[in-house]
Amino acid sequence: MSDILILNGRLVDPASGVDAERDLLLRHGRVAAVEMPGELRAVKGKETIDAKGMIVAPGLVDVHVHLREPGQTYKESIKTGTAAAAAGGFTSVVAMPNTLPVNDTVEKLEWMLDAARGAVVKLFAMPAATFGSLGEEITDFHELARVGAVGFTDDGKPVLVDRVMRGALVAAAGIGVPVSQHAEDTRLTGGCSMNAGPVAFRLGLRGMTVEAESKIVERDIRLLRDIEQHDGLRPHLHVQHVSTAKAMEAIRQAKRAGLHVTCEVAPHHFTLTDEAVGDYDTNAKMNPPLRNDADRLAMIAGLMDGTVDCIATDHAPHALFEKEQEFERAPNGITGLETALGLALRVLHKGNGMSISRVIELMSAQPAGIVSLDGRGTLSVGSFADVVVFDPAAEWSFEAAKSRSKSRNTPFDGAPMLGRVAATISEGRVVFKA
Amino acid sequence: MTILETGTVAAGSLLTVANLAVEEVAAILAATDRLERMAAPERAKILAGRRIALLFYESSTRTRTSFELAAKSLGAMTTLVSDKSSSIEKGESLKDTGLTLRALGAECIVLRHANSGAPYLLAKSTGLPVLNAGDGMHEHPSQALLDLRTMLTRLPGMSGRLINGKTLGGVTVVITGDILHSRVARSNAMLLPRLGARVVLCGPKELLPEDALGLGGADSSGAVEIERDFDKALKQTASNGTMVVMMLRIQRERLAGLELDLGDYISRYQLDEERLMARAPEALVMHPGPMIRGLEISGEVADGPNSAIEDQVRNGLAVRMALLVRALGAGGFESVTV
Repeated sequence: MSDILILNGRLVDPASGVDAERDLLLRHGRVAAVEMPGELRAVKGKETIDAKGMIVAPGLVDVHVHLREPGQTYKESIKTGTAAAAAGGFTSVVAMPNTLPVNDTVEKLEWMLDAARGAVVKLFAMPAATFGSLGEEITDFHELARVGAVGFTDDGKPVLVDRVMRGALVAAAGIGVPVSQHAEDTRLTGGCSMNAGPVAFRLGLRGMTVEAESKIVERDIRLLRDIEQHDGLRPHLHVQHVSTAKAMEAIRQAKRAGLHVTCEVAPHHFTLTDEAVGDYDTNAKMNPPLRNDADRLAMIAGLMDGTVDCIATDHAPHALFEKEQEFERAPNGITGLETALGLALRVLHKGNGMSISRVIELMSAQPAGIVSLDGRGTLSVGSFADVVVFDPAAEWSFEAAKSRSKSRNTPFDGAPMLGRVAATISEGRVVFKA
Repeated sequence: MTILETGTVAAGSLLTVANLAVEEVAAILAATDRLERMAAPERAKILAGRRIALLFYESSTRTRTSFELAAKSLGAMTTLVSDKSSSIEKGESLKDTGLTLRALGAECIVLRHANSGAPYLLAKSTGLPVLNAGDGMHEHPSQALLDLRTMLTRLPGMSGRLINGKTLGGVTVVITGDILHSRVARSNAMLLPRLGARVVLCGPKELLPEDALGLGGADSSGAVEIERDFDKALKQTASNGTMVVMMLRIQRERLAGLELDLGDYISRYQLDEERLMARAPEALVMHPGPMIRGLEISGEVADGPNSAIEDQVRNGLAVRMALLVRALGAGGFESVTV
């Protein structure tokens, strides 16, 4: 592994409080030196990246991706999904367990994390919170954590039974990892395929109410409080892809009350509304669904005021033939790894005045902190050499046909982006170069 | 690459009334008149030898028969594919079924489907003109057109009127019942206001959520109103105006999860003779069928002098002839926009 010099760039490392011109030396997969411009020029015989006009930032971290392996490699594989991650500037991704079979045992987790799978960037995983993600019996958190689980989740299948969710939170608290919850009361969303509201009514589609999301968030917060009071533990609830103002407010209040709640918002939820469904465009079908503009603005408000801890893509690839179905029958989900940074910079930075440093923090240091990825999400000396170099001023349009993912299911084909990734370096290896 | 970008909708398709220009409505109704006046042998030459596929994924008597007889009276060959006894039953996708029909020479597909929006998928994936014969809870555009024609032929002072944004000025249309699940209500609520009608939607909140106000569109040109009290709704006729009462069936098969007391519903929303005579004795009574006599409508009213229900069925055949001619670009149809 050769050394890499990154010169002339603007280093933005929120975790170290740096936002200034710095040169960077990567050696043996770690950050070896961060110096004032010019001081590293004496280092010789190295690969050099000229980052003039570029931002040099910690590699992005995504705590919510679906890589479809094992079981559905016609949609995506660990190799192609992580290649898409690299193209999007991500150097760490956390795979969800809704694979076939469900990732719910040490053997499956080890198989997934094995180098033989060909992950291009660092792969982490959250195994299922319950066996088969059936919501009944919790998995062996201790053993799974021992081999690398960074949290537990039943992902698309929320843990509905109070007793089981309580048990999961208690078990996870003992290990110091989060339980990550897809907040949807599925008893209220049967047959629903988009957000409830005038658009769904006009299209004749059954709609998911905001309460279906907020009720689970509120229930989980009650459980946290109860566990803190009665068990002397401090469990960590991570709420996945918040999409409604009502759930956001519940999280805001819980944080004020001092509970350990974190949450993520997906780029599509701060960019699009349910109007994007248009004439039944299945590329605008996801779960949680695109909401109305008030909810979209509430996601931006949550990102601006710090209620939202991180941006996560919920990268969910599906084959074209699966999306080429009747809207109600098509699967939920869109790809997202290659559009996240471009949308965040366009909507949050350019559109809402969020600093670039804060955007990067929401996509690196903060998600790394949620799943305790030591030495990642920062470029301080000694940390992993996970780096993204991007041109913050580049305006471009995403072309789904050129995606590194196996799938093309995105509502952002042709959409304008701000900020283009020039290079991604994972543990000292250049894994993407534009 | 999205489905929207890869496929385009063929001219002559009718997927929704939402973007059907009033001029198009006028052209369709004019063609309906012409076709109806034509001698049968002459009419049978218009689509002679043309191939129309009727793709019915949902059981239907009146719409299917209406389209089939309309096609045959124009001389077209029809083939009926239903979800029973076909490859659909074996799990073939809608797209592939459509491509198969196209390969077999179908020039137009009439689609009835249980999923809202299915006609868009079929139209985009085959490139053939597609006529939406009812999709899920979404729309039933040919029904809205036949309902319009029924009003124009039955309401006083309408015959000979030009079709434009004021044609139904002074007409109040009260649509009552299970609006939530009704594609007929959606199509009528989107079409009739654009011809000048005042549309009042009526029903309990379980069957008529406030979201229905969105049918009026972003601007207020197509505004619809909600009135929960049927008796009040029936008295809303403007002075010198006329009233249409369109009754809808309670779709028990779609009521899952909704708590509805049918006895209470009947007392509040059934159109019976007493209510009709007391509130709107001159009103034209319509129903898209199938009716449940004794539930949303009494038998006496359904068979009574105010009822236009049989006219609706008759007009359905004629309007569908015009839609098929339009879909296939035959019969001198000048306008084929979608």
